[in-house]
Amino acid sequence: MNFDDTPQEAAFRQEVRSWIAANAPKQYETGLKTSGFGHTALEGVDIIKVSKEWQKKKFDAGWACLHWPKEYGGRGATPIERVIWQQEEGVYAALSSLFIIGHGMCGPTMMAYASEEHKRKYLPLLAAGEHIWCQLFSETAGGSDLAGLRTKAERDGDDWVVNGQKIWTSGAQHSDYGILITRTDPTVPKHKGLTMFFLDMKSPGIEIRPIKQVNGQSGFNEVYFTDVRIPDSQRLGKVGDGWNVSLTTLMNERLSIGAGMPTGFPELLDFCCSLETDNGPAIDNPAVRSKLASYAVRTSGLKYTAFRSISALSKGETPGPENSIGKLVAGPTMQEIAMFALDLQAEAGALLSPEQAAASARFQAMLLRSPATRVEGGTDEILRNIIAERVLGLPADIRVDKAVPFNQIPTSGR
Amino acid sequence: MGRDMEFDFSDDQKQLKDQARRFLEAKSSPKAVRAILEGPEPYDKALWQGLAEMGFMGTAIPEEYGGLGATYLELCVIAEELGRAVAPVPFASSIFLAAEFLLAAGSEEQKQAYLPKLASGEIIGCFALAEGVGAATPKRIQADVAGGKLSGTKLPVLDGDVADFAIVAAKTGAGNDARSISLFIVDLKSANVKRETVETIDPTRSQAKITFSGAAAELLGAEGDGWNIIERVLDHAAVLTAFEQLGGADRALEMARDYALDRMAFGRPIGSFQAVKHMLADMYVSATLARSNCYYGAWALSTGSSELPEAAATARVSATQAYQHCAKNNIQVHGGMGFTWQFDCHLYYRRSNLLALTLGSLSTWEDKLIARLRAKNAA
Repeated sequence: MNFDDTPQEAAFRQEVRSWIAANAPKQYETGLKTSGFGHTALEGVDIIKVSKEWQKKKFDAGWACLHWPKEYGGRGATPIERVIWQQEEGVYAALSSLFIIGHGMCGPTMMAYASEEHKRKYLPLLAAGEHIWCQLFSETAGGSDLAGLRTKAERDGDDWVVNGQKIWTSGAQHSDYGILITRTDPTVPKHKGLTMFFLDMKSPGIEIRPIKQVNGQSGFNEVYFTDVRIPDSQRLGKVGDGWNVSLTTLMNERLSIGAGMPTGFPELLDFCCSLETDNGPAIDNPAVRSKLASYAVRTSGLKYTAFRSISALSKGETPGPENSIGKLVAGPTMQEIAMFALDLQAEAGALLSPEQAAASARFQAMLLRSPATRVEGGTDEILRNIIAERVLGLPADIRVDKAVPFNQIPTSGR
Repeated sequence: MGRDMEFDFSDDQKQLKDQARRFLEAKSSPKAVRAILEGPEPYDKALWQGLAEMGFMGTAIPEEYGGLGATYLELCVIAEELGRAVAPVPFASSIFLAAEFLLAAGSEEQKQAYLPKLASGEIIGCFALAEGVGAATPKRIQADVAGGKLSGTKLPVLDGDVADFAIVAAKTGAGNDARSISLFIVDLKSANVKRETVETIDPTRSQAKITFSGAAAELLGAEGDGWNIIERVLDHAAVLTAFEQLGGADRALEMARDYALDRMAFGRPIGSFQAVKHMLADMYVSATLARSNCYYGAWALSTGSSELPEAAATARVSATQAYQHCAKNNIQVHGGMGFTWQFDCHLYYRRSNLLALTLGSLSTWEDKLIARLRAKNAA
């Protein structure tokens, strides 16, 4: 049990720290610190421009996508060095959110399945933040049941022609490229007829419509495909092997989303210390303390679960599906914390303008953003299935459509 | 050592854990635990003797006092295995409390007199704090000592009917504040001590009502410093007890998982129904958070970190929640059979609810945790 760096790691940490101190965009430090959970304190700043500039600066100095091989724009760093970087990057990591999907999911999928030529061409530009990538997986007919997707790709000479619709595509409106899973054979069972591609998001026939969300923002999109042509050379994996290719992506998604997720507890603790009631600060109330304690141990439990994963990583072990607990705990906790903070504000908990609402309306923003956390990247229910099946070894769900040709699966519940 | 982020037990410690598990699986089987639950003996004397022979009691007691002089980390892994086996012995009272009180506040003479015998299992110690219903606070303590004689009633005292001596919290000063409380060592076999075993929710860990009527009492630590010592020692005991709770939580989860795999209903194992799977997944989440928080506590305890008060309360709250959660849902997964005397689920249900109360209840520890986080936040 110790938290000490080895001499090499301490030296690496020092190098990271010095570089960040000399190069980080400090003018945004305070704003980034108080942003989050759908709340931004960086009004009037072109966040995309600032994010791209920071990414490029990191890339030029060799600090982008640390764990990627050098020839693809990374640093060839060890998993522990990557963790040290994340710890040291601190608030500036928020400027990487535009690239999370590209670096965390599309990049690893390309690395596993794209041709060498394509890897060398696209990955360094992705690492440098010059290109933004998105992941075109979910559909109206296939969310948790991803393999139920219906967007079809048909072979035509050296190309594939794509028609259909994707939904919940984060950042599609800013994206240059995307990875796309399609159905190429509807006559075989659903997991067997899928094929993965990557494509230029500026291709003719793509239409992107932002989705207006519960919180009024539009981070997600619908993407429509009408006779969009993709060269066969941009196929990732074999025809019909798209399901296995997608598992690479999803495994990386859970790892990158699950690590060190915030719950909003430090913000709530601050708020309860400062909120005055008839009987002193709210934190003096035993009912408040009891709730805070439960949120505190969940938050701390996540932090030290991440430490245990890092410890395993440093011994060369691969963190497994147990990492699913990160989002499963953080999502609902953040939602509970938001509701509790509003309850403490009583009638004024309804106020949404940062000028009028308590704590610059951050808990209201959290309330309106948190439902998405419990759905995106694997719903709470899917995560519980993963834990039950892959960690505890319980039987898989009985899937009545598993052996049925896709085009014979019923499409309506009644 | 200097390994980065070694946030885990060492290979040697894991080996010790395996050794403790094998020993306890043989000597503290459900059958052995039931013998205490159903029989006249207050604790398993053969098991106690066996634990002593393994050297487990002396794990974290320094060598000059007859112990092995290992670290608290070794004691944590043993605690976890004791919890897993719902061991019906006064280990926690004697080692997590009595020995820790002596190490924290005992004079050299007191340490020499008691620690070697605690380390060898020759004598059993306990801690007598509560005086009836409600959280034990300085204000509620009525037992008092005048002229070296203790009078008052303690109820309940965990292992108080089997211990040779008790560390007793009693009033020595005027007023109701912490400074009015001092600690005493009292020989429970001496004259003017009357004790009776009381009925409790978990008979596998015996408890007593002890009445002192002018019993000889020897001061432990400075007069008026009793409450401070209690707070410090309870932080140590909280981490160790949290590991005991963690061991129980994990075993309850395993029992539920195994039953869900075996039990068929509607032509399927019940573990294939999502309602059951999700209940088990939530139990796993609780147990995993508790494990991570316990490791935080173990780190703080073993390094003497200034974060110990926060870490101990975190581990204690988290492990209490996890054990209660896993033990009650273990019965739920077992359905009606889980409510029978014949199935072992209730051994864990009883113990989880007992351990949630010893050292101060969940709400007391929640309160301490937030007070400590608040102080840190203000600093």
